[in-house]
Amino acid sequence: MNIPLSYSFRNLLTRRLTTFLTASGMAMVVFVFAATLMLTDGLQKTLIETGSPDNVVIIRKGAQTEVQSGVERLQTSIVASQPEIAIGQDGSCLMAREMVVLINLPKRGSNKPANVVIRGIGAHSLALRPQVKLIEGRMPRPGSAEIIAGLSLSGRFQGTGIGEHLRFGMREWRVVGIFEAGNTGFNSEIWGDADQLMQAFRRPVYSSLLFRLADVTQFAAVKERLEGDPRLTVEAKLEPRYYLDQSEAMAKFLRILGITLTIIFSLGATIGAMITMYAAVANRVSEIGTLRAIGFQRSSILAAFLFESLLLGLVGGVAGVFAASFMQLITISTMNWQTFSELAFSFSLTPTTVLQSLGFSLVMGFVGGVIPALRASRMSIVDALH
Amino acid sequence: MTVEREMEVRLKDVCKSYQRGSQQVPVLEKISFEIARGEFLALMGPSGSGKSTLLNLLAGIDKVDSGTITIGGCEITTLGDSELADWRAASVGFIFQFYNLIPVLTAYENIELPLLLTCLSRRERREHVLAALEVVNLTDRMDHRPSQLSGGQQQRVAIARAIITDPAILVADEPTGDLDRVSAGEILNLMDHLVRESGKTIIMVTHDPRAAEKAHIVRHLEKGILLES
Repeated sequence: MNIPLSYSFRNLLTRRLTTFLTASGMAMVVFVFAATLMLTDGLQKTLIETGSPDNVVIIRKGAQTEVQSGVERLQTSIVASQPEIAIGQDGSCLMAREMVVLINLPKRGSNKPANVVIRGIGAHSLALRPQVKLIEGRMPRPGSAEIIAGLSLSGRFQGTGIGEHLRFGMREWRVVGIFEAGNTGFNSEIWGDADQLMQAFRRPVYSSLLFRLADVTQFAAVKERLEGDPRLTVEAKLEPRYYLDQSEAMAKFLRILGITLTIIFSLGATIGAMITMYAAVANRVSEIGTLRAIGFQRSSILAAFLFESLLLGLVGGVAGVFAASFMQLITISTMNWQTFSELAFSFSLTPTTVLQSLGFSLVMGFVGGVIPALRASRMSIVDALH
Repeated sequence: MTVEREMEVRLKDVCKSYQRGSQQVPVLEKISFEIARGEFLALMGPSGSGKSTLLNLLAGIDKVDSGTITIGGCEITTLGDSELADWRAASVGFIFQFYNLIPVLTAYENIELPLLLTCLSRRERREHVLAALEVVNLTDRMDHRPSQLSGGQQQRVAIARAIITDPAILVADEPTGDLDRVSAGEILNLMDHLVRESGKTIIMVTHDPRAAEKAHIVRHLEKGILLES
């Protein structure tokens, strides 16, 4: 039987200041670790939620993003003839021919320019994206130089507020509405009539096509048919997959950077825990001798000190995750390198991140505590009692 | 007609030495003696005579170089490390000079510690601890931590912890060495009571002649050799 857990717990409480300082060091590392995962998750969540599960994106074969893609008008008509495309309330196919270009807009305050996605939309673009809602103003009239701006963009870029004007594509565009797109990438876009934008930017081709499948299980058949059609040079992807592919490189970079930093920090925190546990063992040599003399096995001593160290790690872990949870209140914007556009997203705390962070803190506690605990368990009873 | 007394402790030709640098320093040389069940033995001698080493060997926390020690029919010199720990848990109670209580545990929890190594239920453990607290007359202090108790009270908690598993022998290393005269007297009376009423076998190392007076037998060690009584 083991030494009671209260022994380890109370020893930590007795050394309040040391426990607090060591756990704080661990908490900071866990904070960085959790924040990194939350950042990556937030980015992926934003991009994945941008897509609807039954929507199909058609882009030029080989293009990674809509910005690189071009689909000719004739080809869009061939795609539109597919029988699997869902029919809207007006009896027409639920499909949108869209054009995407990047422009440079100055930010409010700093005047620093950043890339912004301009999306030329069709009549069904909004219907295909139920997460997008107009929250202020109205939709742009077809054939007019009117645009609507995403909520997270409108506050941050000059000329993107309702009633303001923007100049691009050699034309003056009036912002007539603000739309909210939840936690998605559309929140950082400007939308206008696709045909007007194509003329303004002298683009003869669409960037992409978006359509809804009447039955999502038909996707494989549609994909095979479209990609095998010799008249088409297109690639079909389910929308969530399309956005996930876009987020992969950036998420990977953030993950590697964050985890590298965390590992470096964690070495410091682990050494801190080790010093604390060595001090704990040194201060309790006589107790160790007494417990061994009473009849507790070496393994019980090892378990007691290891548990104490794990508890120390867990305290740091819980504090770190708690602190990191407040990061959810922050929205950050950065360049999405895949599309070269500005993307705003929030830190996202998932149960997996909580478990991984606590697991990480326990690993730090274990690594920091195992050598001092082994030392404690291997002490000679006679030496310990003297 | 003579009545053969049952021997609780038997030592035969026990030798022990320590390595100091490249030198082997003998501490105990061919120690042989026996203690009957229910006897109270005091080991006396000058510092460095090997008293504590002999006590450690008897308590199974140190190992002999040669010779045998048999306690309660068990030859402890043949036991391995893990078996010795189990044997100590069941058969030996320790009383230290500086009490060696666990500071973060209450008197009750300190006394309960050895019972955690048994298969007793929580309720049974409580019954045992309360009975031991009564023996040492500290029931009203059971929730106090060692720092909240006087030296004499701490030593009484240590005695309660030592007897809680009803061990065959109690080993006491200078049990009154850190106590004032009154407290020392109380502790010695308590040990005497344990011998008389509970039939415990006690082996005590002491420098204090008054403490030794309580013992049934006093043996002297000098330079690792047990003098004839």
